[in-house]
Amino acid sequence: MSDKNARSYWQANVRIVLRLLCVWFFISFGCGILLADFLDQFRIGGFKLGFWMAQQGSIYGFVILIYVYIRQMDKLDHQYKLDQTQSADSSPSDKEEQS
Amino acid sequence: MSVQLWTYIFVFLSFGLYIGIAIWSRAGSTHDFYIAGGGVKPLVNGMATAADWMSAASFISMAGLISFLGRDGAYYLMGWTGGYVLLALLLAPYLRKFGKYTVPAFIGDRYYSQSARLTAVFCAIVVSFVYVCGQMQGAGIVFSRFLEVDITTGVIIGMAIVFFYAVLGGMKGITYTQVAQYCVLIFAYMVPAVFISLMMTGNPIPQLGFGSELTPEYGGGYLLDRLDGVSEQLGFGIYTEGHKSTQDVFFITAALMFGTAGLPHVIIRFFTVPSVRDARRSAGYALIFIAILYTTAPAIAAFSKVNLMNTVNNAEYSSMPSWFSTWERTSLIAFDDKNGDGRIQYVGDPQVNELTVNRDIMVLANPEIARLPNWVVALVAAGALAAALSTAAGLLLVISTSISHDLMKRCIAPNITEKQELRYARIAIFAAVLIAGYFGINPPGFVAEVVAFAFGLAAASFFPAIVLGIFYSRMNRQGAVAGMMTGFGFTAAYIIFFKFISPELSNASHWLFGISPEGIGTLGTIINLIVALSVCRFTAAPPEDVQTIVRNIRLPGEHIEGTTPTT
Repeated sequence: MSDKNARSYWQANVRIVLRLLCVWFFISFGCGILLADFLDQFRIGGFKLGFWMAQQGSIYGFVILIYVYIRQMDKLDHQYKLDQTQSADSSPSDKEEQS
Repeated sequence: MSVQLWTYIFVFLSFGLYIGIAIWSRAGSTHDFYIAGGGVKPLVNGMATAADWMSAASFISMAGLISFLGRDGAYYLMGWTGGYVLLALLLAPYLRKFGKYTVPAFIGDRYYSQSARLTAVFCAIVVSFVYVCGQMQGAGIVFSRFLEVDITTGVIIGMAIVFFYAVLGGMKGITYTQVAQYCVLIFAYMVPAVFISLMMTGNPIPQLGFGSELTPEYGGGYLLDRLDGVSEQLGFGIYTEGHKSTQDVFFITAALMFGTAGLPHVIIRFFTVPSVRDARRSAGYALIFIAILYTTAPAIAAFSKVNLMNTVNNAEYSSMPSWFSTWERTSLIAFDDKNGDGRIQYVGDPQVNELTVNRDIMVLANPEIARLPNWVVALVAAGALAAALSTAAGLLLVISTSISHDLMKRCIAPNITEKQELRYARIAIFAAVLIAGYFGINPPGFVAEVVAFAFGLAAASFFPAIVLGIFYSRMNRQGAVAGMMTGFGFTAAYIIFFKFISPELSNASHWLFGISPEGIGTLGTIINLIVALSVCRFTAAPPEDVQTIVRNIRLPGEHIEGTTPTT
């Protein structure tokens, strides 16, 4: 891979990471802590929303975030043909996931 | 069958399983011993990481802590799961690409310096020791309560088991026992939770149950509304509202997150998978497996708090069920009849309150309080031991590799053969088990408190150094070492001052910016970053070959220099 390509791959990588970290900050520090009192005026079932975000919602959000990251990075690796060197030693089932 | 008999059965079966796995997965080389041969599947690694990660504190103490903290308890939940997002996005893939055995190896190579390597060895050993003591102590508590042996014997049994599979199998043995331990601990955690949720709300999923309505036998109405009402009435404050200052909750959450991402025993688990892609995937699996327990914990917290208040408040002391007296004997519950009326007053006002309840009770005694069958009660003991032992093993491995690989092989005696290095690794793990056992028997503090200590230190030392090492190629030796030392020093000094030297001053009016010692690691992280970046500005850039390392770890599956692997 050329230096120029490596640099643009890295910039795209950093952009993905930064975007996801903004969401990470918003759901945990934002909804779970700073905005929790405000969100408490809304309810879902027996939960006040702020309380639910702090003790449940943020954790579900984190799981989703990591899976979005895995998808976006797979796409990026594919775009820069960085996934091909690895598929050689990974199992056939992994190859199916890529297509 | 009695609880004790069931406990013996479960503990023997699970320990037999761990020993069987240990014999099957002996390590033959340092490659096996350090990174389990490097061919662990992402799903397996995810499960092992989850067991490695979820300690005695997560299993035994966390739900109890939350039930006393109410909404503020979320800092444990968010801190200990949100850190995985940082780990997955900022560290795991790049460190996997780097492909060395240990965290000090990365710090030492990236910052081209033996003093950086030694600083990292020192931080890794201190952090891991602090953390491992908590695990041993947790194992001791479980043994003493459920098997009615004294804490010393309990700790020694735990040490012997860990010693057996860690010394024999290294990372390879640890990985596969951790998979078994994850299954044991998650089963042991979920079964009582599902039972209780069904009983109290009719909903089998605890995560939904604690937002549902209580069954008519429990008086109906939303569970959390009831909890809020009773808590307020007894003077504990409203359960679902925050009680600590917002900035303190903010800082504690951040410290736990940065600490999670910086803990060496979690990071090294990502060295065991075959590729960068697999490292990302196993971070995803790990968080799912962890989230199952972490989303259940707040439900258990709410259930057990309602149950406890229903059972004890204003009840006759003489009519207490049998679990009350068994736990009184371990002094995790204490009743002091201040007004002499023979009834238990459990209220928020310390002048009137007559019942002291240790937070660990909320998980350990929960099945008994809810009158679940004996085998469920016994299951909790096996699960708690699995949680304590799996984490202890991972930590002991960090201590061992730091000594045999980073200290002996890379610093003191570079000419030793692989066989000798492997022997040093085994001797180091043996010594570490003994010292950890000593601190388990003579514990320096509460389980969770000691662990919180380790997080602050990991956050303030490793996290910034590794992140800067990956994302800022201009970062140099001088900056990183200065940053780690000031971050670690500041955090350690603050915690030691408020926890050991002047604990009487430890309140919001004396704390720096109102930040408690649990949250100070965040400030330590910031100080580390500022010092590292400013020292770096005034000193020389790192040499070209180090910048090549950085360029390399940023690309999955390809080397910039040398031949590109054929596709």
